[in-house]
Amino acid sequence: MLIKITKPSDAKTSEITPQSLFKDRRRFIKAAAATGAGLAVGPFLMAQEAEAGAKLLGIQKSKWQLPEKEWTPKEDVTEYNNFYEFGTSKESPERNAKKFKPKPWTVKVEGEVDKPGDYDFEDLVRPHQLEERVYRHRCVEAWSMVVPWVGIPLADVIKRMGPTSKAKYVAFETLFDPERMPFQTSSSLDWPYVEGLRMDEAMNPLTLLVTGLYGEELPNQNGAPIRLVTPWKYGFKGIKSIVKISFTEKQPSTTWNKMQPGEYGFYANVNPEVDHPRWSQAKERRIGDFLKSKTLMFNGYADEVASLYSGMDLAENF
Amino acid sequence: MFRTLLIHRLAKPAVHVLCLAPLVWLAWRGFSGDLGANPIEAINRFLGDWALRLLLIALAVTPLRGIFGLNELARFRRMLGLYAFAYVSLHLTNYIAVDQFFDWGEIWKDIVKRTFITVGMIAFILLIPLAVTSTKGMSKRLGGLRWQKLHQVVYGVGVLGVVHFYMMVKADVREPLIYAAILAFLLGWRVVKRFPRNGASRKREKKKSLPDGQVGAASL
Repeated sequence: MLIKITKPSDAKTSEITPQSLFKDRRRFIKAAAATGAGLAVGPFLMAQEAEAGAKLLGIQKSKWQLPEKEWTPKEDVTEYNNFYEFGTSKESPERNAKKFKPKPWTVKVEGEVDKPGDYDFEDLVRPHQLEERVYRHRCVEAWSMVVPWVGIPLADVIKRMGPTSKAKYVAFETLFDPERMPFQTSSSLDWPYVEGLRMDEAMNPLTLLVTGLYGEELPNQNGAPIRLVTPWKYGFKGIKSIVKISFTEKQPSTTWNKMQPGEYGFYANVNPEVDHPRWSQAKERRIGDFLKSKTLMFNGYADEVASLYSGMDLAENF
Repeated sequence: MFRTLLIHRLAKPAVHVLCLAPLVWLAWRGFSGDLGANPIEAINRFLGDWALRLLLIALAVTPLRGIFGLNELARFRRMLGLYAFAYVSLHLTNYIAVDQFFDWGEIWKDIVKRTFITVGMIAFILLIPLAVTSTKGMSKRLGGLRWQKLHQVVYGVGVLGVVHFYMMVKADVREPLIYAAILAFLLGWRVVKRFPRNGASRKREKKKSLPDGQVGAASL
């Protein structure tokens, strides 16, 4: 358990998460804090709340919004996720990524593209308008969140780079640096993490290159400084800490698919009718809820993306 | 010194406290909001981990007794086995009543379609007759040798438990492999005891164990 001494400069809980977002668990902490026994433990439980990152400026609201009361509390978004480069448990990325320095950062653009080269993070992102997009996030493990991401449409970046007519896919690669990402010394996955999208998926308006969440810079454990978010696909498609974007003619290989081809496909579209071999995908547990809820086709984004897959057998191309 | 501790009248209560400690810890974490963003999953993992650990601890009693000559350990074997069963039951109850919230359709689909859940369910079902016949009275009614035979099922349950854990892990199998190695040692020790390399040592073994009325496999 993390024990942190509260400094006066630390953000108060109420500054980070609106009171209305507090779910039962946190209400209980409050209740406990009010009782005698709670008096002793209350203060340091409060100190565990998420730290505030640097505010991002000039964010434009987008049409993708969900009611604020549905947003997953920031401390759950930042303290419960998968990022195997920093350990395999859900809590380890937050714990082990503290020292990671995401900047300076360079993204290499290469392959079938007019403007290949090494782009500094700022040069890659600054020409584009930051948007807030509140998306449902569905993990292949059958849990889900609602996250207010901040980012730029990948389509805008792709247009600027000018892919050639041969570019049929976009491939992404995570940083490989075991000194900065300590669990890359273990063999739990085949490093570096790689992902990919078909060009039309990459150009879809939903596809986002994310640089922040909750209006702040992306925390290290969530894939700082830049990651992919494709809300109609399972979370593992959302490759983190991207250092390379390649435009390719052939379908690129993807990490989980290489690892377990029978369990994780290239498309990885959220689909309640196609089960993972080891568990059902019909339902999901929204973090913070007690009861599971029904999983929606394409995670509820069918209107935007279903046409990309018309005529395809989605059980075959999972 | 250690022996006197093992037969001390407070030894059994102390083991009870130790076996209940994980539950107290879990309850504390629950009340203080320390189960993370997905408490139901955390509870399930916690109970499953401790079910497997207690099962391995129960299976370690006889080898430890043999290796260190600590016959006094035998008196803890039944309670350790029953605590393992209790944690397995809580693990299953949490899955049915909390995780799936009595969605029997989904639960049935899980049991028949997900191999790791099938394996876990078989392990649980196999433990039931062992728990039921764990009393002294039942042991007498069955007869020592038949009772011993029945309770050897626990070796299979150990294997199923480790396989259940191994199969549910997504990528990092190091932890289940540690459990597998411990189980392999505990079962391997029994195999070596049962089938000594030469007849002489086996005869000696028999002679030695005869006085307390235990023969060959029965003491394993």
